[in-house]
Amino acid sequence: MANSSMSGLSMSRRGFLNLAAGAGAGMALAACGSSGPGQGSGGGGEASYWFLTAPPAEQIRTNTVNRFNKANPDTQIKHTAFENDAYKTKIRTALGAGQAPTIIWGWGGGGLKSWVEAGQVDDLTDWFAQNAAVKDRLFPASFGAATVNGKIYAMPCETVEPIVLFYDKRAFDKIGAQPPQSWGDIMDLVPKFNAKNIAPFSLAGQSRWTNMMWLEFLFDRIGGPEVFQAVFDGQKDAWSHPAALDALTKMQELVRANGFVKGFSSVVADANADQALLTTGRAAMMLHGTWTYGSMAEEGGDFVSGGHIGYMNFPPVDGGKGDPSNTVGNPAQYLSISAKATAEQKETAKKFFSTAVLDDTEVGEWLDTGGVPIVKGSESKIASSKEPEFLEFVYQTASNAKVFAQSWDQALSPTAAEKLLDNISKLFQLSITPQQYVDNMNQVIGQ
Amino acid sequence: MTGLAPPAVRVRPPTTPAGGRGGSLAWMALPALAVFVAFGLIPLFGVLALSFTEWDGIGDIHPAGLDSWRAVLTDPGLPHALWVTFLVMALSWAFQTPASLLIGVFLAGRQRYREILAVLYFIPLLLSSAALAITYKALLDPNFGIGPGLGIPLLAQDWLGSANLALGVVVFVVSWQFIPFHALIYQGGVRQIPVALYEAAQIDGAGRLRQFFSITLPQLKYTVITSSTLMVVGSLTFFDLIFVLTEGGPGDATRVLALDMYKRGFQANLMGPASAIAVILVLVGLALALLLRRLGGRDASASQMEGM
Repeated sequence: MANSSMSGLSMSRRGFLNLAAGAGAGMALAACGSSGPGQGSGGGGEASYWFLTAPPAEQIRTNTVNRFNKANPDTQIKHTAFENDAYKTKIRTALGAGQAPTIIWGWGGGGLKSWVEAGQVDDLTDWFAQNAAVKDRLFPASFGAATVNGKIYAMPCETVEPIVLFYDKRAFDKIGAQPPQSWGDIMDLVPKFNAKNIAPFSLAGQSRWTNMMWLEFLFDRIGGPEVFQAVFDGQKDAWSHPAALDALTKMQELVRANGFVKGFSSVVADANADQALLTTGRAAMMLHGTWTYGSMAEEGGDFVSGGHIGYMNFPPVDGGKGDPSNTVGNPAQYLSISAKATAEQKETAKKFFSTAVLDDTEVGEWLDTGGVPIVKGSESKIASSKEPEFLEFVYQTASNAKVFAQSWDQALSPTAAEKLLDNISKLFQLSITPQQYVDNMNQVIGQ
Repeated sequence: MTGLAPPAVRVRPPTTPAGGRGGSLAWMALPALAVFVAFGLIPLFGVLALSFTEWDGIGDIHPAGLDSWRAVLTDPGLPHALWVTFLVMALSWAFQTPASLLIGVFLAGRQRYREILAVLYFIPLLLSSAALAITYKALLDPNFGIGPGLGIPLLAQDWLGSANLALGVVVFVVSWQFIPFHALIYQGGVRQIPVALYEAAQIDGAGRLRQFFSITLPQLKYTVITSSTLMVVGSLTFFDLIFVLTEGGPGDATRVLALDMYKRGFQANLMGPASAIAVILVLVGLALALLLRRLGGRDASASQMEGM
């Protein structure tokens, strides 16, 4: 390993780092030396930071790290980007092996809770109390998913991302119809689009959590947020709620009516193929997170720039109890600090949190790519951004929601989430009935 | 025949004192043994031990008795995964064996054009499973793949989205990747068949078809067993290709045992049950390998050189 040979050098590590800053190989070598756990405080001041790939967010994250490194030549952060689904496994394996990065990017909720229970991430409650300014400038709602048993274990960051219904105005012109105002409208639109050889909805079914977004809204619109809340709270047989059965049945009706693009079960979200179906006019609508706006603008030809894109909150279901203003999605993204990092690395991470995360430049970059940063007052900057209309819509959707629920798979423990996603994909595949889904899921409540 | 004489000389009993010769050479097996123990046996016992515990991969490991085994053995997912594994095994064997046998026999000829074709046939062997899976996934995409691209409706099926088709695609891609390898084995086997047999058959008036079934096929018996063992045991561990191609989907239509193990262990964070499945996987693999050895080994003393 590089660290053993390095410790013998008379030159201080920092001196070495400064020399090597320009050379990629040098950086890699230094990072190798600092990643191991249990390293003496003498070495390893360089912190590491893992996050997700995919433009434009990856670039923004990289820019922030680069600005921090430029401003702080003594305390460097080395970053590595991973693809979404691979990251979930990678980070967990790394945590288990004691090789986690100093700064851990995450979704909060159930995943964070499992890290906390294993003692892998630091409690940041006191740090936030001492640095009230850092805490007070962020949306208060973003701290919910960062809190486990009343203590804060992660710094909320980046943007608020509700899930919304995107649509293609050109497709609606072709069939001479209006965007759906109710579930009934959706079912009426399906045969009309199919008759014109346009898939009513794009869906990346192989990714599974994409299917889940549909159920999140149907459950909420039909039975209100308390239906899933009961599951989350671990109440016995919570999935047996009549609203749940109704929602699951409606879901399969839409699948049977060919509501989703042909072959949706083999479409993957990581490759943005579902977005491509919408932007190329093959599908008329898509239920997806607001984070897709940036990539559709970047990769979707003139779909966004030509004004063909439309967006709205998920419509109500006739006779449903849920408030139509409710939404689900990611209240923020989260940065935790590994408990195994050295004191020096932790200091660097905290400095990164307080000086670099969501600084004015980063806020501006998120706004320009169609994201609403979780910083108070960013709404006043919306008007002067590149995408004022969409940002205003996202901001209104997020702030007017009576209930902003966290995505199910993020809220639940990884064990329960896997079972959930497995059964959801079978439900969409029509290989299990709604009742079988309920029975299967009732078995794992509270796990 | 004179060709058989030298071995007869060599197998005379050793003249050195008992154990002398064999003992002095035993150390040569040590490096291989050390590697096998360190990376084969120890992890295997580790997995066996883990299967009696409860562990989420990052926290503390708690002993849990037979909980994991009970959970795995009562889960309807296990017989399903076993069935899918068996289907993939049986179908890919049934598809690969005749295809690679024929290609192997064809390539055993020494004509120049066959040697050029041989090089072309081996190309799939050079590609990594992940790259293959990504390529096939892109080709078979129902919206952006080769079918819609060329405007051929027959190719624009929901290849990876419908349960039966997806299983068929997995078998096809696996076979596509490994047929060259097994063809290579058969080619070697065919080339070892004494030419005299064919000459004798020709004199007796046997046609090409008759020669194939009466000489080539029986002479390749051990090659068939070797190749089948590799196929059957190898198919137990198919993971990368299926993981990238379908992720076990749609639903659980292509979720083989290895994939089931990964999903439980690394996605659902249930290391105990995942280890139990790993143990089952090892046992099934060993049983199959033994069975195949038995099938071929019963009359191992019987010579294929009878009448030569």
